[in-house]
Amino acid sequence: MTEISTSPTHSFLDYAPAPESKSILHLKKSYGLFIGGEFVKGSGKPFLTVSPSTEETIAEIANASAKDVDAAVAAARKAYDSTWRKLSGADRGKYLFRIARLVQERARELAVAESLDNGKPIKESRDVDVPLVAAWFFYYAGWADKLDYAGLGPNPKALGVAAQVIPWNFPLLMLAWKIAPALAAGNTVVIKPAETTPLSALIFAEILQQADLPAGVVNIITGAGDTGEALVNHPDVNKVAFTGSTAVGRAIAKSTAGSGKKLTLELGGKAANIVFDDAPIDQAVEGIVNGIFFNQGHVCCAGSRLLVQENVHEEVVERLKTRLATLRLGDPLDKNTDIGAINSREQLDRIRTLSDIGEKEGAERWTAPCVIPDKGFWFAPTIFDNVSTSSTIAREEIFGPVLSVLTFRTPAEAIAKANNTPYGLSAGIWSDKGSKILAVADELRAGVIWANTFNRFDPASPFGGYKESGYGREGGRHGLAAYLSSAGWGAK
Amino acid sequence: MGCEMTRLAVPKTYKLYIGGKFPRSESGRTYEVLSKKGVFLANASLASRKDARDAVVAARAALGGWSGATGYNRGQVLYRIAELLEGRRDQFVEEVIATEGVSKAAATSQVDIAIDAWVWYAGWADKYVQVAGNGNPVSGPYFNLSTPEPTGVVAIVAPQQGNSLLGLVSVIAPAILTGNTVVVIASEAAPLAAVSLAEVLATSDVPGGVVNILTGSPAEIAPWLAGHADVNALDLAGAQSLDWVDLQVVAADTLKRVLAPESGAPAPSLERIVAFTETKTVWHTKSLL
Repeated sequence: MTEISTSPTHSFLDYAPAPESKSILHLKKSYGLFIGGEFVKGSGKPFLTVSPSTEETIAEIANASAKDVDAAVAAARKAYDSTWRKLSGADRGKYLFRIARLVQERARELAVAESLDNGKPIKESRDVDVPLVAAWFFYYAGWADKLDYAGLGPNPKALGVAAQVIPWNFPLLMLAWKIAPALAAGNTVVIKPAETTPLSALIFAEILQQADLPAGVVNIITGAGDTGEALVNHPDVNKVAFTGSTAVGRAIAKSTAGSGKKLTLELGGKAANIVFDDAPIDQAVEGIVNGIFFNQGHVCCAGSRLLVQENVHEEVVERLKTRLATLRLGDPLDKNTDIGAINSREQLDRIRTLSDIGEKEGAERWTAPCVIPDKGFWFAPTIFDNVSTSSTIAREEIFGPVLSVLTFRTPAEAIAKANNTPYGLSAGIWSDKGSKILAVADELRAGVIWANTFNRFDPASPFGGYKESGYGREGGRHGLAAYLSSAGWGAK
Repeated sequence: MGCEMTRLAVPKTYKLYIGGKFPRSESGRTYEVLSKKGVFLANASLASRKDARDAVVAARAALGGWSGATGYNRGQVLYRIAELLEGRRDQFVEEVIATEGVSKAAATSQVDIAIDAWVWYAGWADKYVQVAGNGNPVSGPYFNLSTPEPTGVVAIVAPQQGNSLLGLVSVIAPAILTGNTVVVIASEAAPLAAVSLAEVLATSDVPGGVVNILTGSPAEIAPWLAGHADVNALDLAGAQSLDWVDLQVVAADTLKRVLAPESGAPAPSLERIVAFTETKTVWHTKSLL
């Protein structure tokens, strides 16, 4: 059942399956909404969350109606007025430290739950997602009693109730990105995880109970788009933070216009990963792979457009194909797995549709030789070569393991092509020449630029986009600004 | 020498300021600028949609050079504006009195505060990056630095109630000091100081296109700027009396950064400087030794 071999002839690549045990989980059959510190029934029609690698049902999940959203916002408001705003920064910090420790203690369980529900390989949830979740709470815990030093003027104030809607690609990590700075800054939270990946958030709710976080400070409500819509448009929220598609972000920007709600948006991307002919090619190939095939390419900052200097194009693409042929696609819980499952059938359909369009528009398609399991949602790593700048797959976010390859001759051409997109979230530069890297980095219109690396994240490092990739930053000192109002920056 | 010699004054033609030049509106339209008491002062250009679009083209064209200049250089240019404004202080006082009907003391105070605002903002041009940026201590062998950069082309509705000079300065200076270029709609009722400010800008080493000033109806022009795909940000400082929520909704089509209306001339602040910047974070690997 676990497919790990890439080809019968490559026996040296065959590993015995090493699946992480699910026995560490003690899942409930059904989960309610986490409102006011307790799990309560939702009044909407419950839905099922399935494992994308097997299509098996994991649990039944409550569906928050508009009435439930009201209750969650009311609980957050009550907690803000009666408890959280009165607490010292030091005590808020202590709760966040507790949460960080509990995440570390239950790291293995959270990683298994995440891979089960999301489809990402356990080596990523175990080594990237969950450690970063703990790190995020640790980092912001320390800020809670030091807000005067955040560079926002003296005595910055919390905003109130924060409405937060997060995507399915990094379910628990996105939750941490949202909740940690919000609580450190003194806000209370109502957060809605994505419909297809609610599981780790609900285990996180248990962690909040273990941390004895005051009731209502964090409320977790599950549901689909209409639940999120009701939440961000609720009149009693003061702050809206959204991570997801540019289309939804645009709709939220419209619906919150004139409301006085502070809005931060982390939206789509179509990052250029630029490889110069003086790049360390071996490292670059690893970086390209990490850039687009990490998390099955379900990454808003994925390096989905490879811009490679013409004279090394053939070499880079050949080495890339060789490397991709060694990736193991299969059971997300297997520790050998490199490429897990696509998160949902809907997303798989979108990847297939866009890939077919890429082929029709004349790009050369290459698919890594790997065996696709019978059940579940899968898409083999795919490269499109000779992609033109006007091609659909060079312009639209695919959000899957699909790389478009374009070429350039001069740095100026690379910059022009890299910036030729309404997005501006991230970019990569590969060169051994430091002065070239810095000059190119200056010209790229993107919020995060990785030089001779890609897809690095850290709680101390601001993350967020230019242009239609959204506004506001998450991470670092800058991430606090999204959850505070400052009044002390004037001239006098 | 005893005989009454009345010299006939030479009135100025008040025009638009686009791309460093002073064109009339391409539409050929003008509107009457009146004193508070209803006395005719001048015919100002009534900017059209086409003028607004031309101004955006000019602002975009100027962006690369202006944002690529050093902060030190931009700071000197802003200080130069203050110097030239100081030299033409009397003219601005007269125009403020004529259009706003305020006392000489109030007009003088407004002009002085406007000059000092240029000086205050000039000093920020080579410092805001240090204050708003950050070296980030990431957990790994990486050099990691966050720096603010200009957002791009900013469309601005200048304050419309009084403060015809100070309001304008209060929105232009914080936007351009970081390297943004702007298209600003001046006070509709009192545009004389705006056009005279354009003359100061034109002779202060501000490259053409960095500041573009339109006179006319904000209600007519602002929607075109709010919806323009090549505008990156929208400052609604003076848009209280417009349907400004609609403007914000239109601006969301391209996810423009938007500042909401304020009453009066926005006070000088670092917050206003940083509002139209984007934080860029660059990671670089450190090699193993």
